[in-house]
Amino acid sequence: MSKLKVGMYWASSCGGCDIALLEIAEHLLELIELADIVFWPCVTDFKYGTVHGYPDAFIDVCLWNGAIRTSEQEEIARMLRAKSRTLVACGACAMDGGIPALANLTSREAIFDASYHSNPTVQNPGRTEPREHVPGPGGHLALPRFYPQVLRLADIVRVDGQLPGCPPVGTQVWRALQALATGPAPPSGAGARLGCDGKSVCDECHREKRKTRIREFRRPHLAVPEPNWCLLEQGFVCQGPATRSGCGALCPGVNLACRGCYGATGDTTDAGTAMLSAVGSILDATTEARARELVDQVADPTGTFYRFGLASSRLKGHR
Amino acid sequence: MSTDAEEAVALEATGQDAPWEPRIIAFLCYWCSYTGADNAGTARLKYPANVDIIRVMCSGRIDPDLIMTAFARGADGVMVCGCHIGDCHYIAGNHKTMARMPLLARVLRDFGIEPERFVHDWVSAAEGDKFARLVRQITGQVRQVGPLKWPERMRWRGVGHGHDLEPWNGGA
Repeated sequence: MSKLKVGMYWASSCGGCDIALLEIAEHLLELIELADIVFWPCVTDFKYGTVHGYPDAFIDVCLWNGAIRTSEQEEIARMLRAKSRTLVACGACAMDGGIPALANLTSREAIFDASYHSNPTVQNPGRTEPREHVPGPGGHLALPRFYPQVLRLADIVRVDGQLPGCPPVGTQVWRALQALATGPAPPSGAGARLGCDGKSVCDECHREKRKTRIREFRRPHLAVPEPNWCLLEQGFVCQGPATRSGCGALCPGVNLACRGCYGATGDTTDAGTAMLSAVGSILDATTEARARELVDQVADPTGTFYRFGLASSRLKGHR
Repeated sequence: MSTDAEEAVALEATGQDAPWEPRIIAFLCYWCSYTGADNAGTARLKYPANVDIIRVMCSGRIDPDLIMTAFARGADGVMVCGCHIGDCHYIAGNHKTMARMPLLARVLRDFGIEPERFVHDWVSAAEGDKFARLVRQITGQVRQVGPLKWPERMRWRGVGHGHDLEPWNGGA
């Protein structure tokens, strides 16, 4: 049997997903036995032209990490879709927009203003900004277009599977790779999650639920949580109830509230409203005034509940 | 031209074929607020016909996801009404509503949806006049702030999955 051909690409992302592939540790040796890398800009020196020259469906498994913000990323997404048999959205950014999609709460103009003009650390007296087209003496210079909003991979092309996480944990990456390489074909389609199931992080969390209600909201840098007691019940906004399991409840395991990187559980894609509902259900309030006092303590509800899922939310972005 | 300006021009061009009327979705609980709306009808109170009522068993069942979906699929405003605190048929269903709705209002504001487009209040089975007043209030407010055009906006920005953005036409 010929070796599997594997590719990986990064778009609007931090590079953590590329590192996550290394987290499979000693299995890397098995992976090299099993597969050839045919495209991986983070690690190898393949040019776009090389990939362009591959026949269609040449790459067996292509892991795509990162959201899509520019026309270059869209172009590569379309090319890799054509060249790949299985295209996997790897990580929160590719799947749900991730951290980059928080920029959808503001406009393209405001981002440019902050990046190139108004930030206190920026010195730009000439008010220079990148432009898509710049005529110069040596010829015409073109930059990729910066889209009005951050999109998911699935907004651009058909996706065969999703590998959630920021970044996906090593054991799960290895499970998914094994399934893609050898096992029976894993469930495919944009809704299919690889290497994890539809339960919530609470399901994997060791902390005890005491069925108490939230008396006040607390922030992690201002209070020390009691060990072994549910963080949400203690008033830390832990997104376990609204987040898909698969990580082994890593963050609650080290006294940190779940940040929600695995995205929504079950059928919904909007993890934010699921978390909002969950928080609203367990407040220690029997009057409207008390309920309002409590919810006003939640710092930045939008940025918290939609930390990783804004591009997959119902509204998808700012007006 | 800036992207924001391009978007405004593109949106201006949509929906020119018919005069705009606010489309408001009202989620009403079965036991109090729906009966309150019925009361308004029985008493022949006049209120704008811009509101589409969706009856649910309890306001505590109104998942914020439904409200987000209404806006995402083309509603210009959303109303949520339930039993007064203390009157819930299920004892504490509306306690969840009273916690969720102020939090949701903050989130909607962050998404750029004006507070005028979202009304949350309590309407008892006897308060037909209050229901009619609330409908008049939100319809007036929404008329002031204008059409929202969320699906058109997101399509213009290249968001895929058009089915997420289809208008609500009673499943037709």
